[in-house]
Amino acid sequence: MNTLFDKIWDSHVVTIIEEGPTQLYIDRLYCHEVTSPQAFAGMRARGLKPLRPERIYCMPDHNTPTHDQDKPIEDPVSKKQVDTLAKNAAEFGLTHYGMMDERNGIIHVVGPERALTLPGMTIVCGDSHTSTHGAVGAVAFGIGTSEVEMVMASQCILQAKPKTMRIRVEGNLGKGVTAKDVALYIMSKVTTSGATGYFIEYAGSAIRSLTMEGRLTLCNLSIEMGARGGMIAPDETTFAYLKGRENAPTGEDWDKAVAYWKTLQSGEDAVFDKEILFDAADIEPMVTYGTNPGMGMGVTGHILTVEGMSDVEKNSFLKSMEYMGFQPGESLLGKKIDYVFLGSCTNGRIEDFRAFASIVKGRKKADHVVAWLVPGSWMVDAQIREEGLDKIFEEAGFQLRQPGCSACLAMNDDKIPAGKYAVSTSNRNFEGRQGPGARTILAGPLVAAAAAVTGVITDPRELKDL
Amino acid sequence: MKQKFNIITSTCVPLPLENVDTDQIIPARFLKATDKKGFGENLFRDWRYDKQGNKIESFVLNDPTYGGQILVAGKNFGSGSSREHAAWAIADYGFRVVVSSFFADIHKNNELNNFVLPVVVSESFLAELFDSIFADPKTEVEVNLPAQTITNKATGKSEHFDINAYKKDCLVNGLDDIDYLLSNKDKIEAYEKRVL
Repeated sequence: MNTLFDKIWDSHVVTIIEEGPTQLYIDRLYCHEVTSPQAFAGMRARGLKPLRPERIYCMPDHNTPTHDQDKPIEDPVSKKQVDTLAKNAAEFGLTHYGMMDERNGIIHVVGPERALTLPGMTIVCGDSHTSTHGAVGAVAFGIGTSEVEMVMASQCILQAKPKTMRIRVEGNLGKGVTAKDVALYIMSKVTTSGATGYFIEYAGSAIRSLTMEGRLTLCNLSIEMGARGGMIAPDETTFAYLKGRENAPTGEDWDKAVAYWKTLQSGEDAVFDKEILFDAADIEPMVTYGTNPGMGMGVTGHILTVEGMSDVEKNSFLKSMEYMGFQPGESLLGKKIDYVFLGSCTNGRIEDFRAFASIVKGRKKADHVVAWLVPGSWMVDAQIREEGLDKIFEEAGFQLRQPGCSACLAMNDDKIPAGKYAVSTSNRNFEGRQGPGARTILAGPLVAAAAAVTGVITDPRELKDL
Repeated sequence: MKQKFNIITSTCVPLPLENVDTDQIIPARFLKATDKKGFGENLFRDWRYDKQGNKIESFVLNDPTYGGQILVAGKNFGSGSSREHAAWAIADYGFRVVVSSFFADIHKNNELNNFVLPVVVSESFLAELFDSIFADPKTEVEVNLPAQTITNKATGKSEHFDINAYKKDCLVNGLDDIDYLLSNKDKIEAYEKRVL
């Protein structure tokens, strides 16, 4: 009651079906090439046109190669999917940022950086990481393809109203602790299903202290706890980030917007269905050791043992250990790794590249490590070059690739080979996520950089006074 | 895809694993299609086939002992990616019902939107159901949507399951949400006039 979430949700209710879901108005629909073709086909089959085409933005990101984007995509199936999005967008009159368009990139990076995502909005996309956009103070959540079609047809969606959860993190974050570590820590405590059925508001002094990009990283990972979405009340950090960006309001409209956005706060009397409190001092740089993102620990920690687990739990846990090639109870420090991936909608923004550069500067990439550095968008790519980070990477033996989802889910050629270990700044360590048989260790950009230069799992605080 | 749902009585396929994510149900490399056909072939692909494409005999879908229209899985089924392809794969393979003690939200909606019924049961009902199926693979389960009950025919035990009245009506009558929303355009325009 009277939470930030309630305020935005309630102001978008078109009607509530008796003993059924709510019909919710959607301000923004984002579409990528993987989860939209069947929705467009459905529209075509029913002879429908989008009700509000000006509210829909399309861009390919999942299949895009991270090299030679100026040439046709080699994989004919990927090419067809990317081409299909362009054709559909043209046929249905929707805005489309194609490959090589300077506005292209991962949809969850592009939305906020172009201020297509604004506080107070309802935002959906056929992609679970749509939760990212909640960081500006929006209600944003991932949906299936049938629901994409629903929104195209009616600018509305039928959804049961989720319960609300507030996660507060109070205190000061330690040295070398990034937003990604905060998220991995929370997930390790809440588990991958602990927030299912809820919409999360993140609050507390440690959350307030995060930059806008850090907040995007945190909200991005809400789905990994099962939550529909995560959000943070907009404040001066939010306004400063959005001001002057491509689609942000200007002049008087800006002042009016900010005045409204300032009202988007949970009331003093707000009641959440669930509240959880964490102490920022307990969080250290994190790594995952298993095959779901909730299986995480401090980089200096030890993997769980099977003690106290039920049979089904033990069964799943040991299957995961076998897949990863790890032993219950062991430490991962010093474990040899093969690949490093910096990028994705989780950690593909300029601050992530700055963090990575701060560790690798003046060092060299470990010889046996293959590293893929993939900016989240062309805008991020341009910032990297403007700040000279590309030179730092080059001197340390790293090469920058072109923007896209890349090795996060390996729909393009960026696949981790079977059995190889990848320290990845992405969001999922599921079996086969980064390629069949690939073994993923999720981490933030500092831990990833430390692994890239040492070739083993390393505490970044040992390399640098952060 | 639209089909009416009433009462289904069938043997079950047991998958006693927790946190089965949608990347396992259908790996990303099979998401490149632009239509909804044929995803069943790649359902649980990397658990079903090895790298050479040979069947992994020990995986339950390759075990002729088990079959039927009902998949029974451990808690938190369908977590992770929102890909509806996972629901298309389950439906295309021939499952009409998935039973678990807990479903991830987006996947649950995706199943419902494809006329596959997610049935949430208690942990104890689920544990007993696994026991019944492993003891006798011919064990049948009756899922009665109008009555909202699920019955383990081996033990005779029955449980009520929840589904909202609107969605139940959709499934029983073979209607989808777009049919509803299109009939409701005046309300959408009234909202826009009022708010925007």
